[in-house]
Amino acid sequence: MAATLQPSSLHPRDLGRTATVGLRTRKLRTALSALGIMIGIAAMVGVLGLSESSKSELLAQLDRLGTNLLTVEAGTGIGIGTGELPEEAAGMIAQIGPVETTTVVSAVDDADVYRTDYIPEGQTGGISVQAVDLTLLDTLAGSVADGQWFDAATGAYPTTVLGSVAAERLGVTEVTGTEQVWLGNQWFTVIGILEEFELAPDLDRAAMVGLRAATDYLGDDGVPTRILVRVDPDQVDAVMGVMAATANPENPEEVEVARPTDALEAKEAADDALTALFLGLGAVALLVGGVGIANVMVISVLERRAEIGLRRALGATKRHIASQFLGEALLLSGIGGIGGVLAGVAVTTAYARIRGWSALVPPIAIGGGIAAALVIGVVAGLYPAIRAARMSPTEALRTAG
Amino acid sequence: MPSEPVLSLHNVFKEYPTTPVVRALRGVSFAVNSGELVAVVGPSGSGKSTLLHIMGTLDRPTSGEVTVAGFQVSQLSDKDMSSLRAHHIGFVFQQFHLLSGFTALDNVADGLLYTGLPLRTRREMAEVALRRAGMGHRLDHVATKLSGGERQRVATARALIGNPSIVLADEPTGNLDSKTSDAIVELIEELNESGTTIVVITHNPEIAEHFPRSVGLRDGQIEYDTSWKDVA
Ligand SMILES: Nc1ncnc2c1ncn2[C@@H]1O[C@H](COP(=O)(O)OP(=O)(O)OP(=O)(O)O)[C@@H](O)[C@H]1O
Ligand SMILES: [Mg+2]
Repeated sequence: MAATLQPSSLHPRDLGRTATVGLRTRKLRTALSALGIMIGIAAMVGVLGLSESSKSELLAQLDRLGTNLLTVEAGTGIGIGTGELPEEAAGMIAQIGPVETTTVVSAVDDADVYRTDYIPEGQTGGISVQAVDLTLLDTLAGSVADGQWFDAATGAYPTTVLGSVAAERLGVTEVTGTEQVWLGNQWFTVIGILEEFELAPDLDRAAMVGLRAATDYLGDDGVPTRILVRVDPDQVDAVMGVMAATANPENPEEVEVARPTDALEAKEAADDALTALFLGLGAVALLVGGVGIANVMVISVLERRAEIGLRRALGATKRHIASQFLGEALLLSGIGGIGGVLAGVAVTTAYARIRGWSALVPPIAIGGGIAAALVIGVVAGLYPAIRAARMSPTEALRTAG
Repeated sequence: MPSEPVLSLHNVFKEYPTTPVVRALRGVSFAVNSGELVAVVGPSGSGKSTLLHIMGTLDRPTSGEVTVAGFQVSQLSDKDMSSLRAHHIGFVFQQFHLLSGFTALDNVADGLLYTGLPLRTRREMAEVALRRAGMGHRLDHVATKLSGGERQRVATARALIGNPSIVLADEPTGNLDSKTSDAIVELIEELNESGTTIVVITHNPEIAEHFPRSVGLRDGQIEYDTSWKDVA
């Protein structure tokens, strides 16, 4: 009578189906335990997405602004006299080989600017008057919001271009051609309003006049307080090294040389630290979610003894039982993982839209998020699955009411 | 009657290693032939469920030999025992053990879940089995919406869906009122008449009286077997 015994087997599709039994019959519990994983994954994907989007935004910004701009200023340290650079500094700097352009800015300290001539002296609203080269706008990669920038003619006449903050504080909202401000005790016509300078935020608070006009109408000496220098992008460091000595050979220590884009990069680096912190928090949330799943699975195995006993009676092997519960844990965490990735992408997209960036979620964050969820699912599901498989069929059937 | 034994137990002992040791079965021997309908009767604690578990290869005897559908259980691995249950043994339990969120049809289709047959085939066979069990009109009803008697009919259909070599029922009427209980007993008789080999475990001698053969169990030993008279 020794016939061959056909082995028990589970159709692959039924393996998936059995894994959903618990989820379908306990929907709220399923949703809540998947939510734990979802929050963790969403946090991580969102943080990675935001940091990536802001990085790519920075790269685009640096690309637009150029990282080859250097500013040369007279130091404001102790014991320094004039706060000015030598008159011939710009000319000297222009002699350095890799220097492409130099742009002079000269603060007109004696002149203030007011909306009208009725405003009491001294209430400047923090707006300075700066005499500038006509090349300033290009050098700083700035742009005009309204009106226009100086040309050779307007730069020699009593006209002014206002930085964005200055325009706001002076109450000049648009350029009509007839708008005037009381600058250095005379009327200057506003010919332009600028957008914000990304590389020289202090000039946003300036009323700018041409160097010629400053000399002719305001009695400025034209001595540079700041020189903006564009250099060969490959030689930036080399030029920085010799800049101080070139600008002021006698007192190089009084000269401050800086690269404004460094500040932008430093800000990004600070964001990196924050990103790491939030990633850590996301990982903790994920861990807690995993513990939640393990907990729910252990309870589920105990509650479902009768079902386990029945399945064993129907011919399920230990392996079939283990894979059912492991599959269930994987489904839970998988649902959480996919939900988390979607939520993370949504958060990134929404935030990027608000900031006017293009949203960028690194594929590794998406793949990694789902993979992390699945790994958590396996780890959380393994113990309950083994427990379910080890349960003796008779015990499972006997204890079940 | 064909007389090829589908199930045989030879000198089966079962001890539970509790303190003190419980000797639930003490030298049980009997055989069930193909096509038979047998009642195993005994008071509570006499070892009926233990016997059913051993007959159904859900548990191994401490000693003694069990053969089901031609397979010697002592020679089988755990996995083989699962295979044997999947293909050759059907169970009916006192508590029905239906999956609550699922329809009668799908519950019955689960009877062949671990044979590897695809769902579509199993559902077709489930419909046939449900009709045999008098539940053809309740195919798509969810298990929780069925009465106790209907649930037991569904559970019975699940046990016989794959035409197993033997169906083992542990107190199938234990959770039913007497009228419903009679109907289930009747169903079991009908199924047996159409060829299914069935062993019914019960503490109720009245039910046993209906059946062509009954085996009395007391304190883990067979007290009587109505088939002995036939031999004598
Ligand atoms: N897993 C176990 N561990 C220890 N003792 C057990 C175990 N299972 C059953 N027993 C004991 O074995 C004896 C027989 O139990 P069994 O369940 O087979 O009886 P039964 O005839 O089915 O009783 P009932 O009619 O109450 O269902 C009882 O004394 C019971 O307490
Ligand atoms: Mg019992």
